[in-house]
Amino acid sequence: MGKTLAEKIWADHVVRSVEGEPDLIYIDLHLIHEVTSAQAFDGLRLAGRKVRRPDLTLATEDHNTPTLNINLPIADPISKLQVDTLRNNCAEFGVRLHSLGDAEQGIVHVVGPQLGVTQPGMTIVCGDSHTSTHGAFGALAFGIGTSEVEHVLATQTLPLVRPKTMAINVDGELPAGVTAKDLILAIIAKIGTGGGQGYVIEYRGSAIRALSMEGRMTICNMSIEAGARAGLIAPDETTFAYVKNKPHAPEGADWDAALAYWKTLKTDDDAKFDVEVNINAAELAPFVTWGTNPGQGLPLSASVPNPADIADAEERGAAERALTYMGLEAGTPLKEIKVDTIFLGSCTNGRIEDLRAAAEIIKGKKKSDAVRMLVVPGSARVRLQAEQEGLDKVFIDFGAEWRNAGCSMCLGMNPDQLAVGERSASTSNRDFEGRQGKGGRTHLVSPLVAAATAIRGTLSSPADL
Amino acid sequence: MDKFISHTGTAVPLRRSNVDTDQIIPAVYLKRVTKSGFEDGLFAAWRNDPEFVLNQPQYKAATILVAGADFGTGSSREHAVWALQNYGFKAVISSRFADIFRGNSLKGGLLTVVLPQSDVEKIWSAIEADPTTEVTVDLEARNVRVGSDAFPFEIDDYTRWRLMEGLDDIGLTLKNIDEVSRFESERPGFKPKTLPIRA
Repeated sequence: MGKTLAEKIWADHVVRSVEGEPDLIYIDLHLIHEVTSAQAFDGLRLAGRKVRRPDLTLATEDHNTPTLNINLPIADPISKLQVDTLRNNCAEFGVRLHSLGDAEQGIVHVVGPQLGVTQPGMTIVCGDSHTSTHGAFGALAFGIGTSEVEHVLATQTLPLVRPKTMAINVDGELPAGVTAKDLILAIIAKIGTGGGQGYVIEYRGSAIRALSMEGRMTICNMSIEAGARAGLIAPDETTFAYVKNKPHAPEGADWDAALAYWKTLKTDDDAKFDVEVNINAAELAPFVTWGTNPGQGLPLSASVPNPADIADAEERGAAERALTYMGLEAGTPLKEIKVDTIFLGSCTNGRIEDLRAAAEIIKGKKKSDAVRMLVVPGSARVRLQAEQEGLDKVFIDFGAEWRNAGCSMCLGMNPDQLAVGERSASTSNRDFEGRQGKGGRTHLVSPLVAAATAIRGTLSSPADL
Repeated sequence: MDKFISHTGTAVPLRRSNVDTDQIIPAVYLKRVTKSGFEDGLFAAWRNDPEFVLNQPQYKAATILVAGADFGTGSSREHAVWALQNYGFKAVISSRFADIFRGNSLKGGLLTVVLPQSDVEKIWSAIEADPTTEVTVDLEARNVRVGSDAFPFEIDDYTRWRLMEGLDDIGLTLKNIDEVSRFESERPGFKPKTLPIRA
């Protein structure tokens, strides 16, 4: 029987396999940031260990960094200590770091692909659950905890139990105005926040093949919101063209050898997945969340659900709690929900294509007086490119704030937060209670919906303009 | 890491599903560079509510958390495990755990026990009826005992052995480091490196 793509990549990275033990898997790239690495470096120091492969390790500052006044010292002393700790650790252990102010600084999952260190067929880990983003290149990429960060630093390997495989087949054509974000929100609503637990999901089908690399990254990024260990898309000409000529892409004979290998990275026709899910792209519409987990989503044309209509007792209870937290009444059309803040950014939707898509909608218009809008490019490089294209002026003329790169309001660790009761339309990935600030209320949306909502002040798609 | 063989204590019922790691410890509490002191952030938002179960005096001394399905979803922050441990929890029982959280907990010696939802309901009923009910989480026997009931759970032999011996994974891997070196010597040359920096 043939192998799935995930099984092929796994097999190519097994260092040691013993019956009754997890496989020892080699890690090709370890990405690091300030929040989940300090305790791991401490562990190395305590045990007198080194970083085994600094040349396969890359650090950036993103989660806890300000997006304003980045030329000044970080104002919050505890945040400053955390960032300084990363700087000291990287200097001590010889790890490459892109700090605030550097053109390559930014969200770790935006930086890897733009430097070309993210390539097909690799194993990639990071102490961040959205590491699944890199699966868009046909790499097996997943988030790990700090204990595992220390393990990878010390050994460049991880003991892992082989995950099960799931295929999500998306065939047909996405209708106009329906983006990768709408597709992944619809997938999570369908299979649930635990639907992917224990699985690597491979996204397949004509609608996936038609997506740009940015769109594929958006899909794989939110695999974790369906509970999956990783998301994966087989590499193809779109992938190869994206990687080619990136700073760390192979060159010359290495490129030829790499390309020959990458072309073998697809699921065999006779391979069998543990589970398959089929989705018709043509039936999809702009999708938004109404609740406090990313599975609580509906098409924008729908209304806030009535918990009484939900058969499953646990889901009903969760929906009741979510509506209370979100301050929503059952039956309210989603398009009548007024928002206070628009957040355009994050490792889900903070790439250049996302900024272009939103700018296209708002160009020449003014934002609603009732909202504030934060535009936070995923990396300093994305910000520079957007400025070269004049997108910064489009956003500023519209009335938005043009910020520096980082995770920002996606997780509200830096000063970019929602106030109690404040409601956002956010292109990020999690609508958990308090995720964007204590008491804040989050609706997850695509960049197109974010842009249209900023114009109208209520959840809207470009078709409503 | 401390050995985990069996633990007996009282338990607190958390009747919520999909408890994500942002609820277990919000991002603003993740700024520390140590593994201790995270108990103040545990369920920080919910603990503002005096009615929240952890604030009820009868559950103050509990060392076992019995939660709804899909516990630990979302962010990979191991701070969630540290916060639970710093607060005093030794074990968490749920019908389903998110993968990364489960991995983190078993690395750090916080035993996460998967029981069918029907068993979770029985334990909830018992500890709500009498919060002083003793609950034993027995890794050696692979069961949870509450009064005269014993609920068996599954855990793979390797993880069980590692926890019962209190072994850390890095030390185990380093015993086989020659195999890592051998693997590295055969890696294809086209694989990317982060150093030296190429513009």
